[in-house]
Amino acid sequence: MARKTHVTTTINGEETQFLCEPRNTLLEVLRDDLDLTGSKEGCGNGNCGACSVILNGRVVDSCLVLAVETEGADVQTIEGVATPEGLHPLQQKFLEHAALQCGICTPGFIVAAKALLDREPNPSEERIRLWLAGNLCRCTGYDKIIRAVMDAAETMETA
Amino acid sequence: MATKTEDYLGKTDYKVVGTRPIRHDGTDKVTGRAIYGADVRMSGLLYGKVLRSPHAHARIKSIDVSKAEQHPGVKSIITVADLPLQEDRIAELGEGAANLTHLRANVLADDKVLYHGHAVAAVAATSLNAAEEALHLIDVDYEELEPVLDVRKAMESDAPLLIENQTTSSMGEDTGTKSNVSTHFQHKLGDAEAAFAAADIVVEREFDTATVHQGYIETHNATGHWSTDGTVTVWCSTQGSFTVREQVAQLLDLSVSRVKVVPTEIGGGFGGKIRVYLEPLAAVLSKKTGRPVQLVMTREEVLQATGPTAGSYIRCKMGAKKDGKLVAAEAYLAYESGGFPGAWAAPGSMCIFAPYDIENVTIDGYEVLVNKPQTMAYRAPGATNAAFASETVIDEICEKLGTDPLEFRLANSSKEGTRRADGPVFPRIGHEECLKAALNHPHYKSKLEGPNRGRGVASGFWFNVGLKSSAAASVNTDGTVSLVEGSTDIGGTRTSIAMQLAEVLGIPAEDVKPSVVDTDSVGYTDVTGGSRTTFATGWAAYEAAQDIQRQTIGRAAKLWEISEEDVTCEEGVYRSKSDPSKSMSFKELAGKLDDTGGPLVGRAAVDPAGVGGAFATMIVDVEIDEETGKIQILRATLCQDVGKAIHPSYVEGQMQGGVAQGIGWAINEEYFYNADGRLANGSLLDYRMPTALDLPLLETEIVEVPNPGHPYGVRGVGEVPIIPPPAAVANAVYQAIGTRMEVLPMSPARILEALWAKGNGKS
Repeated sequence: MARKTHVTTTINGEETQFLCEPRNTLLEVLRDDLDLTGSKEGCGNGNCGACSVILNGRVVDSCLVLAVETEGADVQTIEGVATPEGLHPLQQKFLEHAALQCGICTPGFIVAAKALLDREPNPSEERIRLWLAGNLCRCTGYDKIIRAVMDAAETMETA
Repeated sequence: MATKTEDYLGKTDYKVVGTRPIRHDGTDKVTGRAIYGADVRMSGLLYGKVLRSPHAHARIKSIDVSKAEQHPGVKSIITVADLPLQEDRIAELGEGAANLTHLRANVLADDKVLYHGHAVAAVAATSLNAAEEALHLIDVDYEELEPVLDVRKAMESDAPLLIENQTTSSMGEDTGTKSNVSTHFQHKLGDAEAAFAAADIVVEREFDTATVHQGYIETHNATGHWSTDGTVTVWCSTQGSFTVREQVAQLLDLSVSRVKVVPTEIGGGFGGKIRVYLEPLAAVLSKKTGRPVQLVMTREEVLQATGPTAGSYIRCKMGAKKDGKLVAAEAYLAYESGGFPGAWAAPGSMCIFAPYDIENVTIDGYEVLVNKPQTMAYRAPGATNAAFASETVIDEICEKLGTDPLEFRLANSSKEGTRRADGPVFPRIGHEECLKAALNHPHYKSKLEGPNRGRGVASGFWFNVGLKSSAAASVNTDGTVSLVEGSTDIGGTRTSIAMQLAEVLGIPAEDVKPSVVDTDSVGYTDVTGGSRTTFATGWAAYEAAQDIQRQTIGRAAKLWEISEEDVTCEEGVYRSKSDPSKSMSFKELAGKLDDTGGPLVGRAAVDPAGVGGAFATMIVDVEIDEETGKIQILRATLCQDVGKAIHPSYVEGQMQGGVAQGIGWAINEEYFYNADGRLANGSLLDYRMPTALDLPLLETEIVEVPNPGHPYGVRGVGEVPIIPPPAAVANAVYQAIGTRMEVLPMSPARILEALWAKGNGKS
């Protein structure tokens, strides 16, 4: 077994330390060592987006990031999107629009959409579709997801 | 249990049914807290991996695990020898049945591997990495055999046989002829031959459809714990906890009560999460190690080794009179079963001509073994392939007649009283209403202009199923009701089921707390499949609510010291008929449970017969890119008879999801096998499902022709929407470029070939 490496990172605003093997992905560490199982593995090679997290402000597939690369990084996962006060507008709008069916892709979509709205508060439908093209959903046909993101953007603009 | 067709209440002024409450499990699912199968954690957990065949067809001469056993992390290695031998008997899966000899040999290969990825051995180790390393240390000596991958080649008399003692059963009789054709059947109505001879227009075409996968985003998983008391618990993502219990018990020679299945949240199924793959392995590995064992498939394993749906070869011939009357139809459907005998040509043949009233029909179906994974249900299994053929042929007849394709379908539509070629006579159905909704839809009335653009339409039929469901509901003293049920929730069914209970009791949907529970905690419930969950488990909830209401009326009578006959209940308000001053709400009554006899529980078990068939009609506009051959979907509309939409948002969601999958099947999705039978595109990059960028907003027109066989008129909505898209897209492509597409998918390469063959397009 390879020697483990000590990593210090910030996850959802909290300084977090963990030990990992050099070959461990960020997704493995989040799920198996830190019990943050909201990020899902759908493919393990960056094609489905179910493991999306925000790494230093950019949305990434955490299955394609080695955990050792996150030394000193800022990581946001689905577990950090809601606050004790309540759901993020994206989460609320996903519920109101019935934008989830089985829900396995939902954390990835919400994280990816949050990364978009964090930088572009008023994206067009086409822009949202392009941005979310890296997240696969097999249940909804995307219709209600796109509507939920557009509605969340509008709500956040007027808030 | 009432299953009379007059059960439909015929009401329209519902308080809960037809509204759009937020789903009960929603917050857990948008915050990442919902526990899916791979999220199960427990102390002492071991990690399992499966060794899979690199060959499509080979005899296993020997398996040597001695080196792997020396790996320091390895705790146990199992092969088929660790599974009890099975006789040839059939286990019911809920939506299809399984021969246990075949099920066992699919879970772990017996003397032969029958497809690339076929499970050969399984390892439990202290870490996933150790388990993976151990797989490389297992030596399997294979004698490679010639694979057969094409359904028509597999039917030839000199084709290599997958299962050496397989003979063809024809019309229920064993012919004794050894063949890869496991089953042949025929449905016959009238005299098709004579009717074709008398027809004015006859169109016949041949179609090929590729093997496609359900593509759920969550991969298969199972966690097993074999207790020293001889019971085994399995946590898994499944469409049916009771069918998993049945399969695990049968495969391991246990009585069902010794197996408990705990269904976790499930990340999509579409028919693919019914048969067991990992569950028995987790159980046996746990028995051998004394520790819980978890197995989670990779995406490549899912694509290689779990049930895709059948690829097929279909010949379809239809004849009409000049006046536009369809008079004859004939179909030959040969469907791949994969490595073990399967059953999807049967439903395909039940559906292929069902939307139309045709007096002379002959349908021949064949189930054929090929060296691919054993096929599994995929949303209206078999019907999409079939409708691609029949609805394309109908489009061509309309073209020859110069008739509007929706008007033609309407003139020939099946209706109440029409006999299907496979026997049943339709009760009240809504195909005509779907067609009228499509004709009147702004999409159909709009103009489509521009080069390389075309509009197509198609219809589809799926029969839906009823099957068994149970529910129990306990009244809480704050006026809420806790509902337990056994249907795993893949698309919001906790809510659509809870709403039916709430409607009876006159309480808000939010006051019901639905839970999906394990097999020890609720009565037997069949799979979430066959579009049955809101129909049948919803009915169980309705009956459980009736059971509660009978008791609450008794409690009110007791409280008011009057007779039960003197108590009425309407929309959750209890009144005394003789004394109008006496009235109380369900909530108030619930607060007095302790004074009137204590806890109150309602329960029901149902096996409803009044299943309502579902129809849908699609309109689609496409544009073909002449340079790349890509089909762009410009606009898509589905008009579907749902009977009654309990929760319209989730009904629309089923319609949109089905359409999206049907479009993926139409334009891109396809298993690529190399000549040696190895799957070449076992990833979601190369097995390309539609992304948000590939689809427009998907328009839905909910048509409600109530099913007289359900208290609220529910038909079931999940499956039929996948059926029309491939044919509708093919008909649109014809309008755009003038070529009839006979092969699925209509991938860019195939569209370019079509353009080049016509001398169009840019090379």
